[in-house]
Amino acid sequence: MRYILKKVLSMALTLLVVSICVFLAFSLIPGDPVTRMFGTEATPELIASYREKMGLNDPFFVQYFRWFSSFLKGDMGTSYDYKVPVKGMIAEKIPITLTLAVMSFLIMVVTSIPLGIYIAKHENGIMDHIISVINQIIMAIPPFFSGILITFVFGIIFKLFTPGGYVSYTKNFGAFLKYLIPPAFAIALPKAAMATKLLRGSVIEEAGKDYTRTAYSRGNTTNAVLYLHVLKNAMIPVVTFMGMALSDMVAGSIVIEQVFGIPGISRILLTSINNRDYPVVEAIIMGVAIMVLIINLLVDIIYRLIDPRIEVEE
Amino acid sequence: MSEIILDVTDLHIEFHDHDKPETVVEDFDLMLEEGEIVGIVGESGSGKSMSALAIAGLLKRHALTKNGRIMFDGHDLLTCDRDILRSYQGDEISIIFQEPMTSLNPVKKIGWQVEESLRIHHKELDKAERKRRALNIMDAVGLKDSEKVYNMYPHELSGGMRQRVMIAAAMIGEPRILIADEPTTALDVTIQAQIVELLRKLNREKGTAIIFISHDLSLIRQLCQRVIVMQSGNIVETGDVEDIFRSPKMSYTRKLIAAIPQIDI
Repeated sequence: MRYILKKVLSMALTLLVVSICVFLAFSLIPGDPVTRMFGTEATPELIASYREKMGLNDPFFVQYFRWFSSFLKGDMGTSYDYKVPVKGMIAEKIPITLTLAVMSFLIMVVTSIPLGIYIAKHENGIMDHIISVINQIIMAIPPFFSGILITFVFGIIFKLFTPGGYVSYTKNFGAFLKYLIPPAFAIALPKAAMATKLLRGSVIEEAGKDYTRTAYSRGNTTNAVLYLHVLKNAMIPVVTFMGMALSDMVAGSIVIEQVFGIPGISRILLTSINNRDYPVVEAIIMGVAIMVLIINLLVDIIYRLIDPRIEVEE
Repeated sequence: MSEIILDVTDLHIEFHDHDKPETVVEDFDLMLEEGEIVGIVGESGSGKSMSALAIAGLLKRHALTKNGRIMFDGHDLLTCDRDILRSYQGDEISIIFQEPMTSLNPVKKIGWQVEESLRIHHKELDKAERKRRALNIMDAVGLKDSEKVYNMYPHELSGGMRQRVMIAAAMIGEPRILIADEPTTALDVTIQAQIVELLRKLNREKGTAIIFISHDLSLIRQLCQRVIVMQSGNIVETGDVEDIFRSPKMSYTRKLIAAIPQIDI
């Protein structure tokens, strides 16, 4: 319990630092939302009056605290561009990005764990060599490029899905999920390749340890040694990696959404950055940060469930 | 004379990791009687642990050749079916190792590990009975507060306690043979004496035959009736411990005896 409390406190502190950094970044980069709003019609008087109205002339920390205190109350402000509350704008988009990230994560888990165990078990066998080579290739291809390849091969040649034919989840949830499968693969593949490689190495390393010999000495079969003894130990580094991969997937889906024409968070994020629509950008970055922190917390909890030694080392 | 339970003849082990095959054990013979304690002594690399691993059926199957016979219960453990070998491992033949710190699985509870042989070989026992037997043997090997230790993890125990756990896990199936491969080397001297005393007690009370491997002749002298002296894979001398101490035939044995520290008070 004390541990959870400590974690939540450190999460709150991290969020505070993130929020200051985000705010600071926008006060440093060039560009002004008011100029952007009026374009060629902007006059110095108009700009000055709107800046005053929007509170942009206030000192940095006054602006920051105004924004942060309303953020804590759940009010993320109003978009400069669309003149609608940011909260509603993001609430619509988050399920799309989150679904994509979760699907990618599931694909990574269900492919890498059995594959990693299999090739570790048949170390130096023919499949081990073949999969290792394929792994190397997949790891070297960035998701946006594999996204283009997948679109070309499975969308245009095999016609398994319609490129650009995104279906909203409110209209047809099944079709929505189906459309997300190819992009989810594009995100998941390099991570799955890394996780497979990591698990293979980890299983082989653990299988060489003394406790494995003890397990054999008690009459265990090879499979029993692998699944009852080695696997839990071997999963410790893999869980860490998968946690990081999941955080990465949330962020990584931003590029892939562009490639596959998915109207997730990435589209509003990019337009908002271009338009200096600060409230939207800040809310999205805070949202991503919160998701990443929650994922980290979950990984920590899982980690303690697997490895009893962690509690003592604190 | 008691019944012979283990008969090893002409055991020959060769490694093939390098270009040239390397013989690590040559013409190793051992006859073990019921309830007997035999010591195997020799320096590092003399082949004593390799012989022990071969008897326990734990030599890795690739990159080596094994010849000779290890007869136990009418089967040759070197050539018999894996299933037959496994049915003896942990039940009839148990082994404890030099490194208690790493020989236990770090992520499994002590109780789970102590009971493992029962789960594998005595599926008829229910959970409560397994636990009862585990606590009994843990008490017998001198683990205080066995109920508490049962739910602990290896990292929460000292080296001496971990070796006691290893012994409890090895003894829970009441094996006919216990192989102790340098069980005290990693422990400090007072704990060493306690573990040796414990092995003697288990041998006396349960009638388990013990193959005790060590590089320390004085420990062998405390515990064993018979000793096999090994050097570079070969048996150089074998016989009654006291006879060998009194009149060692080989210069190597004399050197091992001379290596025992003498304390003058």
